[in-house]
Amino acid sequence: MSSYPLLSLAIWIPVAAGFAVLATGADRNATLARRLALAGALLGFLVTLPLYAYFDVTSSAMQFEEIHAWIPHFSARYHLGVDGISLLFILLNSFVTLLVVLAGWRVIENRVAQYHAAFLIMSGLMNGIFSALDGLLFYVFFEASLIPLYLIIGVWGGPRRVYAAIKFFLYTLLGSLLFLVAILYLFIRSGSFVILDWHVLPLALHEQIWLFVAFLLAFAVKVPMFPLHTWLPDAHVEAPTGGSVVLAAIALKLGAYGFVRFSLPITPDAAHELAGLMIVLSLIAVLYIGLIALAQTDMKKLVAYSSISHMGFVTLGFFLFSAMSIEGALAQMISHGFVSAAMFLCIGVLYDRMHSRQIADYGGVAQTMPKFAALFVLFAMANAGLPATSGFVGEFMVILAAVESSFWIAAAAASTLIIGAAYTLWMVKRVIFGAVANDAVRALADINRREFFILALLALCVLGMGLYPQAFTKVMHVSVNDLLQHLVLKKY
Amino acid sequence: MFENFVVPNLLPAAPEIFLLCMACLILLVDLGVRSPRRSLTFLLTQITLAVSALLTLWYAYAELMPPAPGEPARVMLTFYNMFIADLLGSFLKALACFIVMASLAYSRRYLEERRSIPQGEYCVLTLFATLGMMVMISANHFLGLYLGVEILSLALCALTALQRDNAAASEAAMKYFVLGALASGMLLYGMSMIYGATGSLEIIEVAEQVRSMRKMQVDKTVLVFGLVFLVAGLAFKLGVVPFHMWIPDVYHGAPTSVTLLIAAAPKLAAFVMVIRLLVVGLIGLSADWQSMLMLLAVLSMGLGNLVAIAQRNIKRMLAWSAIAHMGFMLLGLASGVVRDGNRHVALEAYTASLFYMVTYVLATLAVFGLIMLLSRRGFESDELDDFKGLNQRSPWFAAMMLILMLSLAGIPFLVGFIAKFAVLESVVISGQYWLAVLAVLFSLVGAFFYLRVIWFMYFDAADANAAPIEASFADRTLLSVNSVLIAAIGIFPQFLLNACGYVLARSF
Repeated sequence: MSSYPLLSLAIWIPVAAGFAVLATGADRNATLARRLALAGALLGFLVTLPLYAYFDVTSSAMQFEEIHAWIPHFSARYHLGVDGISLLFILLNSFVTLLVVLAGWRVIENRVAQYHAAFLIMSGLMNGIFSALDGLLFYVFFEASLIPLYLIIGVWGGPRRVYAAIKFFLYTLLGSLLFLVAILYLFIRSGSFVILDWHVLPLALHEQIWLFVAFLLAFAVKVPMFPLHTWLPDAHVEAPTGGSVVLAAIALKLGAYGFVRFSLPITPDAAHELAGLMIVLSLIAVLYIGLIALAQTDMKKLVAYSSISHMGFVTLGFFLFSAMSIEGALAQMISHGFVSAAMFLCIGVLYDRMHSRQIADYGGVAQTMPKFAALFVLFAMANAGLPATSGFVGEFMVILAAVESSFWIAAAAASTLIIGAAYTLWMVKRVIFGAVANDAVRALADINRREFFILALLALCVLGMGLYPQAFTKVMHVSVNDLLQHLVLKKY
Repeated sequence: MFENFVVPNLLPAAPEIFLLCMACLILLVDLGVRSPRRSLTFLLTQITLAVSALLTLWYAYAELMPPAPGEPARVMLTFYNMFIADLLGSFLKALACFIVMASLAYSRRYLEERRSIPQGEYCVLTLFATLGMMVMISANHFLGLYLGVEILSLALCALTALQRDNAAASEAAMKYFVLGALASGMLLYGMSMIYGATGSLEIIEVAEQVRSMRKMQVDKTVLVFGLVFLVAGLAFKLGVVPFHMWIPDVYHGAPTSVTLLIAAAPKLAAFVMVIRLLVVGLIGLSADWQSMLMLLAVLSMGLGNLVAIAQRNIKRMLAWSAIAHMGFMLLGLASGVVRDGNRHVALEAYTASLFYMVTYVLATLAVFGLIMLLSRRGFESDELDDFKGLNQRSPWFAAMMLILMLSLAGIPFLVGFIAKFAVLESVVISGQYWLAVLAVLFSLVGAFFYLRVIWFMYFDAADANAAPIEASFADRTLLSVNSVLIAAIGIFPQFLLNACGYVLARSF
């Protein structure tokens, strides 16, 4: 099975499908464009399944590797491969793309082909980020994936879309350009662009600190970490539903993935040195941003802030440096991919009907949309970290690891269970329960079969991961242990 | 008195000679052409350019390529060492011819719709400008170089002023002429100083003299004095801060077809001029000119990118962006160091600069071509607002502009990224990390105004009464090929990188 270029297929099938969809042209061919997009997304998802089925969980080596010459002038190669850390994100990304194409089926009526093409091309590029093992290739995918998202926010977004799109692009570009200087430095030090070579490259502490800071700027913007998070609420609020879903479920993971692929193994001593700072920033994200979420009146903004708070957990887990905490952080990333996607899709469902995201405009939705309400409550519970949902797994593991390292970190982190429950359930109470607020809510129609199908799939994932997390953690176990080996060795 | 006269080998200069003869011939033929479209003149011009390019390539293939792989490429000198034919020159001469051909092809309809521009003269002047570029590229002598510079600038100046009823164009031509003359003066003054110090006008000979002067530790004050003026003259020609003042006015004021001629091919010639004068002739003073270039580069990137943000006219915006791009290109030249006789690092750096220049010229060609395809009779389409809602009016044009803007902003997978990457790599290799960080920060500033064009095209709605966009199949094909080339070289840059490195390897 490994003889097939599965990773290349996972990257280029969606991209090729994207260009095919573009070729359908004007909106009079919208049906064809949608069908083609669905076929491309489905095919793109199917080719990633063998990756999971044939993945050897006992090995920490890169699997499904593909190496071809690319730009010999820079010794850059087309080098792909996955380990237990990156594999799941490729699956998640291809899965979410499928949902996004379905979610935009009837909602997007304007420039349909361009909309679906942008998502498919972005999906392929994101798979490229997760599977690239060559520094330059990683960077190329990393930066190229900004373009489709910029267009998605700017073309199909809300009233302040231009501001949000430009802010998103410039913020992330700032981080990634300094990252470019860092990988150039690594290239000159090591003579190659192979990321795995950089993992074993000896570097003095001051070099590591500079590199760590450059990496941090790139990845902290993407995650986003406090205080570089201000672009995210704007981008989320203005983006169309699909854009928010991909942004929350996949794009934020790129930053966190960068930490495990670059910062931790390449600059381990600097990571230890600066762990205190990172933990403080993570806890600020968890607590302070959680409190900000409590004060939101716009549902999308609330979920956006809750995303930042949840991603704070991820970075916290990384910088506690234990197998439990890093696996917990990775599990939290996957879970957040499902839950935030589901939350944004739910808000999208409401917005399509009411054209409002203000919590105050709703109330008593459960009376008119019972099926929707049941699913929405489930996702809200997962967002609050209820046991038996996916949200619990990662948070629990990270808190457990935090207890081992320091009581106060654990106490601060655990308070998210209260704050998270507070902002999520309070929103649910105001939107879903209570008396029917107004005539617009009374006239709401429950979700149709397509919407039910999308949300039910996500509900299955949320419950499945909550009940049987081993399916996810067993894949990452060996790779995480290997990463820890890198972390304990001094590099200078 | 002719007993010592030897007929020089004319073959290396065959492309220039052919071009000159044909330019004179076309001038005569055009008198007999009656049709206002002047198809015959245009056709002859294009054929002339194509044949010159092919002659250049044929000569390079037959005489200059190494006889066996592994051996060094050959260099031919003729006209008493005033004229040099090497691979670098041949590559860029052929490229310049092709770029001018494409420029003319893009301009064809634009010119037809503007009858106040005399079409026949336009073609002939374009040929003379090309001749100037070729002479510049092939010069191994200060005077030959100067001759080329003057042919080029006089022809371009006349082209700018060709539309007599256009006040902006006349103003632009005036500025171009006066500031160009000032630059020529500086260049000549610098050359005379260097002649005074070395006793030679021949570039290769100057290099020898400078080397022996360094060995004997002769005082180099006069040389450096000359060098300062030389660099100032070069900076004028390249258009880098603080010698950039003419660029925005000329780009803006000239008819777009002339802007394209000024903005694209002459940059290649200017690049060779920098290589010949500084890298070949004055490599012994590299420490001096590198710090000068570095200063020019930083100023250009800073001012160019910042001022471009304030522009509402796209030609003016591209002018400021050209200034910034030339600054970025200079970074490569400024960071090539020959350490312990190891030329490899320097070669890498100059290759990066050449690659940057070639790809920048390709992108500029397409951008101005696109602006011309969008213009109509009496409507220039050069304001940013004219791009509003372009995606609605023509998704295809918008997609092409998207590719070009992203390439100029240096976003992967487009060639602008690889070019920036190559230059940054050489900067980092030379150990100037702060310079690399500065360069990427200025690129970030620059990204904003390119993104703004995309925002106008994609995020804004078109005017209800905007004219429909039509372009002939040939124009669409040309623009598509040009844009796809920019994407394709971005994904597979190896061939062009190799070519740039190969032609440079023998030239310094």
